[in-house]
Amino acid sequence: MDLTIFNAVIAVVIAIAFAAANAAYLVLAERRGAGRIQRRPGPNVNLFGILQPPCDGIKLMTKQLMIPGGADKALFMVAPVLAMAPAIMSFVTIPFSDTIVAHSMNIGVLMIFAFASFGGMAILLAGWGSRNKYGVMAAVRAVSQNISYEVPMLITVITVVMMTGSMDLREISLSQSGGIWNWNIFPISMKDGFMLQPMMPISFLIFFICSLAETNRAPFDLGEAESELVAGFHTEYGSMGFGLFFMGEYANIVIGASLITILFLGGWDCPLGLYPGVWWFLLKIYLLIFSFIWIRWTFPRTTIYGLLNLSWKILIPISLFNLLLTAGLLKVF
Amino acid sequence: MGAYFSEIFLGLWSLLIGLGITFKEFFKPVVTVPYPFKTIKMSDRYRGHIELVEDESGEPKCIACMMCQRACPSGCISITTKTEKYEVEVDGEMKTKKRKILIGWDLNFTTCSLCGQCVESCNKDAINFSKEYNLASFNKEDFHFDLLNRLKERNS
Repeated sequence: MDLTIFNAVIAVVIAIAFAAANAAYLVLAERRGAGRIQRRPGPNVNLFGILQPPCDGIKLMTKQLMIPGGADKALFMVAPVLAMAPAIMSFVTIPFSDTIVAHSMNIGVLMIFAFASFGGMAILLAGWGSRNKYGVMAAVRAVSQNISYEVPMLITVITVVMMTGSMDLREISLSQSGGIWNWNIFPISMKDGFMLQPMMPISFLIFFICSLAETNRAPFDLGEAESELVAGFHTEYGSMGFGLFFMGEYANIVIGASLITILFLGGWDCPLGLYPGVWWFLLKIYLLIFSFIWIRWTFPRTTIYGLLNLSWKILIPISLFNLLLTAGLLKVF
Repeated sequence: MGAYFSEIFLGLWSLLIGLGITFKEFFKPVVTVPYPFKTIKMSDRYRGHIELVEDESGEPKCIACMMCQRACPSGCISITTKTEKYEVEVDGEMKTKKRKILIGWDLNFTTCSLCGQCVESCNKDAINFSKEYNLASFNKEDFHFDLLNRLKERNS
């Protein structure tokens, strides 16, 4: 792929625009979804609340940026940027279809997970830098959560990478093309010879749960548990500092949904092998995002013990077993 | 080991049941209304401030017996009356009699606790609760209701 500076700039601008538009309008989608599930309309003034996100944005941008006394100014200012920037960087390597990708890398998976681990860092810096006891407590929780959920997530990714033999997201998608029976989520694969992968639906579930936890979504939103920690790590943030955290969260959700789509649901491939293209990719990620919203407004928040037990006692043993089983099956067939 | 797996599956199943419930709720019609533009009908037992009841001719049923004023624990009802002399023919000769007529029925809603003692005590069913709930003002005087006037305005 011929990548000039001009192309790279265009790609990054499109990535930022896509991430920002998604972040803005997913907030609206989230509030509409919450409303429907609770049997109220949600924001509905002027055509389904289409002007709500710009209004929110203008409101946040015109507010004064307050830095609490005694806070570490540098860390306090850098944390929201650190929450937003890695999410946007990750968009650069995500293939939306065979041809629509900003920069296809042969270590795309590695890059995305390297950037994803910055999310925990941003929360830690925000909680620590704002000199607020609730912030620090939330940061401690969020970091322990992020560390414990990165382990099963990465083990599951290793399983997929082992099956595909590539870390390139485009290659991983291409290897699943040709219908639902070729996707990684399907327990039997017929791509190149018969192969059993009986644990893959469970792997998909593990990856799904881990991406919920990694993006700090309910029921794993211990980092901002409103009922006990005021607003968690962003207690002291107002105006666009808070806005950046908010946008970073939704951009991360889009990244998570895209990764699930690429690793397990065949990327831009149609379930029946017809008309593959970017529309299938978008359809899949928005269905996944809908399920994220659906889950958020269904389940109450878990306790920190329940959260860590789920990861260390259930997700990690099962994903490790799946890794060994897949390795063995790859050797046999 | 069996307990470990059964816990996982039962837990997962209960989560799926929860998701099913919210998914069904998602498609049901909304139950709220956009308040200032649409309002819902208040229930029969809703207690707003009290209101005078009219008879068939549109006059208040109140006979100014003062039972409600006496019953009110907060003393927020004040009824003003005047005595009127009138002539009536009894056994072929004219006699002058006196009667009390109602000229003012004031409710001080700032101290009313909506206990309903006045409605209970009324012998003529001349007062009941209104369904009014849009009561907000910066002025204390806005809550001193002249119920007689309100009745006239309602009828006009």
